[in-house]
Order: sequence, then structure tokens, then C-alpha cells
Amino acid sequence: MRQRRKTLVVTFNTTQEALGMEKFCIKNQIPGRLIPVPGEITAGCGLAWKTIPEEEREIEERMEAQGIKWASMYILEL
Amino acid sequence: MIYLDNAATTWRKPSVVIEAVTKALSGMGNPGRGAHDVTLQASRVIYETREKLAGFLGISNSDRLAFTANATESLNIAINGLFRPGDHVITTVCEHNSVLRPLYRKEEEGTEVTIVPLDPSYPREQGMIDYDFLEKSCKQNTKAVVVTHASNITGNITDLERVSRFAKKNGLLFLVDASQTAGSLPLDIEKTGIDILCFTGHKGLLGPQGTGGIYVRDGIRLPSFKVGGSGIHSYDRNHPLEMPSTLEAGTLNGHGIAGLGAAVEYLQRESVEKIREKEKMLSSCFTEEISKIPGIILYGNPDPSQRVGIVSLNIGNLDSGMVSDWLWEDYEIAVRPGAHCAPLLHKALGTKRQGAVRFSFSYDNTLEEVETAVQALKTYAREEGLL
Repeated sequence: MRQRRKTLVVTFNTTQEALGMEKFCIKNQIPGRLIPVPGEITAGCGLAWKTIPEEEREIEERMEAQGIKWASMYILEL
Repeated sequence: MIYLDNAATTWRKPSVVIEAVTKALSGMGNPGRGAHDVTLQASRVIYETREKLAGFLGISNSDRLAFTANATESLNIAINGLFRPGDHVITTVCEHNSVLRPLYRKEEEGTEVTIVPLDPSYPREQGMIDYDFLEKSCKQNTKAVVVTHASNITGNITDLERVSRFAKKNGLLFLVDASQTAGSLPLDIEKTGIDILCFTGHKGLLGPQGTGGIYVRDGIRLPSFKVGGSGIHSYDRNHPLEMPSTLEAGTLNGHGIAGLGAAVEYLQRESVEKIREKEKMLSSCFTEEISKIPGIILYGNPDPSQRVGIVSLNIGNLDSGMVSDWLWEDYEIAVRPGAHCAPLLHKALGTKRQGAVRFSFSYDNTLEEVETAVQALKTYAREEGLL
């Protein structure tokens, strides 16, 4: 089977929010990229941000500080 | 990059389209707003594109064709304009949200809507419309039947002649959503007996995004969806009633329409029949190869002559979003997963949770690209222990 890895997945309510996250992460050199929302979760927007799970707390703090909107965060095997 | 998401939009436009848009952006007036050469030249671009489209789509009077921003706008104009509380409309489970959502709004206002299901005498993965059910759905208050010309998930081509006969026999209006077929399949609107046809410019027509149109048969009057500047009858409080002005308020997307005109010329030179043959060949080769891979579930009519160049599939129970992301990450193959804005068909196919991975081919694609996609899917099937 293809190797799955633990991944932090951030979901959004709108495409606008997802693109806002991408811009914020690129500007702040937070690794990751936009992916289709994995099937095991549901969200308003079909795009999710995939990144390193170990940095979940730091990423969340920085997003809150910058007013970046998101719906939920999950740790998934992708 | 291998672009196999042409059902979403055709990625690379012909160079003549790019040149036409660039030329328009380099200098274009506001069509229908004055008589100096600059505005007249803009008016001529709009006029010529309208004429070209009318000829291309089998419309004898180009006045009956209004430009819109896209098929969604055209469908909203038609559905909002035609149906009142107490009317009954027949549509199908194969429709896109651009048909369904305007109909749902009308339903909330008191219009009845019948949604024709899939034909249970076929395997549900084939996604075949139940035409017998459709033909038995007519009631006293039925006003129209609205169908897609081809499904954006299965690629199945609707039997327009059969639905047209049913509509004519029962005195119903016949509306067609040609989003997946204009430019990809030969279309003769008047010969087919279509009363209203909605199309987009940026898919099979190879034009810019932000272009599209609506054909309204002579004798049908659709109320204006939006009213405002018309360039004529400025002292009238009311927007003009004559087509196409009645459905074109404000400044048109002249730059886009210039590109659309060049696109139609290109399609006429290349011929839609030749384009159709190539797209059918590519999707047939793809389907033939992947149908041999254990674990692959294919959706749609198995006869490629009954489908446009769209192939949707799943690999076992794998999430379609995950598979599409692997295709992008590993091979730079662009496809579209998920619900494709066609929720009722996914529910009917049993793919609501999983979605489906949609591959959609265009004239631009090659057999080498098809082969790469096939090999990618074989690899994933092998990795998952299916091969």
C-alpha cells in the first residue's frame, strides 16, 4: 500500500479563506500546500491546507494572531 | 503538466483567440454607445461574433442569441424568467447545480419540479437517464423540460431528439444546457427543435472565461434578468423588449467576445466533427486500458459514441480527492475529484461520500498523455494491492 503519513489538515468555510491561508503561509514561510479536502472530513470549501503536524500549535497561534480564518484542523494519515 | 480537466475549462486557448483578445485589449471602444469609428469597430466585433455563433449553432436569426457571462447566467435567465408558481417542470438527476439551484429557488416559490431518476434496468454506474419515466412525467400544468446535453460526470450524451419529440408532442418548452457540448459535438439548435439553449464560451468553444450565451426561439419572450444601460431608447423608463438587447444590459465583455469570435472561426476551420473524433478516440483508448485494471470502477455509458470526452472513475474505495492529489503530486496530471457540482447524480451513482475522479479530454491532448494517466492508475491499483 502507498505509504501514508501523519498530516495536519486545515479546512475552511470558503475558497477565499483557503486562498488567504495560502498567501499567509507563503509570506510567513510556513510549509504546506492546498489539497482537495480529504473524504473522511467535510467542509464548506473543497480546498484544505496540508502541512506538518508537529507544528500544529505554532501554526494555530500565528493564524490567530494574523486573523486568518479557518473552519477546523485535523490530524489525518494521508 | 498533463491537463485532463477540460470539462472545468479548456486550459490552453488557440493562438488566434489570444491574439484576438490582445488586439481588443490594445484598443476597443464600448459597443453600441455612439457612432465614432472606435465604438463602431467594437459594435462590429460583437455583431460578427453573434453572426458566427448563430451559423455555428444552427440559428437562422442571430438576433435570437444574447451574450451572457456563462451558461450559469443563461440558465438563471431562462429558469427565473419562464416559471411561475403552479407551473410544473421536468428535469433529470444528471443536471449540474446551475440547473438545479435555480429550479430549487422556483420550487420554493411554488413551481413543481420532477427530477427524472436513472434507469434501473441498467447498472447504476452507467448513469443512464430513465427516458420512459421522463415521458410519463407530463401533467396538465407541465410547462417545460430542462436537460443537460451531456453529463459533466459520466459524459453521457442525452438523446435530445427523443426529448424534443416528447416536448413537441406535449406542447412543452424544451431547454438545453449545452455547457459540455458546445464546440465538442455538432449542434443544430433549430433542427433539433430546441426552444432555449444555454452555453458557455470557455469550455468546448475554446473561448475566454466570462463569455457565454442564450438562444431564445422566436415567439418566446423572456423577461429581462437585469436592466440598465442599453445604448438605445435611453429616455424609456423600461429596458428594451427586443432581442438581444432585452437580455444584454450594461457593457458586454467585448474583449472576451472578440476572443470567442476567433474561437468559433478556429472551430469551423478545424471542424467540430474532427474535434469530436479525436476526443472520442482519446477517451475510448483511456477507457479501454483502465477497464482492464482490477479495482477500477468506471462510470458512464460503456459505448464511447454515446459519451463526450469525459471519463469518471474510482479506484476501489479510495477517496477521489486523495487519488487526484496523488496524480498531481506524482505526475502533474490535472483532474477533478469530488462532487463536480452535480450532487444528485453522485447520490444516484452511490458516490456521494467518495466522489469520483474525472478525466476530461480535449482536442489538445495526446495519446502519450493518455498512456501516462493509464500507467499512473495502474501504479496506484498495484500499490493498493488491487493489481
